[in-house]
Amino acid sequence: MLTLHCPCCGVDADETDLHAGGEAHLKRYGPGSSDAQFEEYLFMRENPKGVHFERWRHVYGCGKWFLAARCTNTLEVFGTYPAQTLEPPQHIKDAISAKRPGWVWREFT
Amino acid sequence: MSNAVSALQARVASGEVTIREDGLRGMIILRGDLASKKLRNVCKTVTGVAVPAQGQADVTGDKGLCWMSPDELLVLVPYAEVDEALAAIDKALDGEHYLAENVSDARALIHVEGAFAREVMAKLAPVDLHPDSFKPGDFRRTRLAQAAAAFWMRDEDTFEVICFRSVAEYVFGLLAQSAKEGPVGYFAKT
Repeated sequence: MLTLHCPCCGVDADETDLHAGGEAHLKRYGPGSSDAQFEEYLFMRENPKGVHFERWRHVYGCGKWFLAARCTNTLEVFGTYPAQTLEPPQHIKDAISAKRPGWVWREFT
Repeated sequence: MSNAVSALQARVASGEVTIREDGLRGMIILRGDLASKKLRNVCKTVTGVAVPAQGQADVTGDKGLCWMSPDELLVLVPYAEVDEALAAIDKALDGEHYLAENVSDARALIHVEGAFAREVMAKLAPVDLHPDSFKPGDFRRTRLAQAAAAFWMRDEDTFEVICFRSVAEYVFGLLAQSAKEGPVGYFAKT
């Protein structure tokens, strides 16, 4: 069972209190973008065995969205952080590097 | 005027832990900037208590404030005073970005009172309710079995639970059954 710390209301929320929102850090391509970019935005997703970044919503609690870094293989959670960011904060990257040296996820390392 | 009644009309399930629907209570959802001085002042005026810290509730008698999310408070007042309280909030926050709505009749308030009230709740919610982790004054929005609910502790043996009116019957049944089946003994006082 997954337990994630909600950075918005400060509680450790059980998986059943949360709603998964898919992959984090998607770059949204809209009008004026190429077909390839739009396809990438709509359909192309990582499907890693290992380090992954996801959006979660604390749906039964404060109702806010936040982001989580975790391992899809072991269910280990490296950390959660507010959704108002374009890339994982340094302390999250450091926490992952400590456990999974050399990790790569999209453009982040 | 129509005769307002609460969801379960003060139903009681007596036992070692008693489940009691509290009847009508004025509830106002207030969304806005919780750091705003105007908002903090009017909340204090209406309820007599200061805006609680994150994850806390301050409820005395029929009045109080509950911290619902970073931009949301639940204002509790006696049912008869809800219109007055709402008018006071609207007046005080005029010009600010906020939302205040009377949700009294959309909610139900249930009391869980008795020696093992903590265990009655712990059986139903995915929350660490150990006496060291959850204390009187703490507030938590979560679920009870399949229904959304929020609760806080009035004192060591009393929980107050709010849920949507439409699931009041279900939540009352859950709590009554949980109480009837007795304590687990996990939180036994040493």
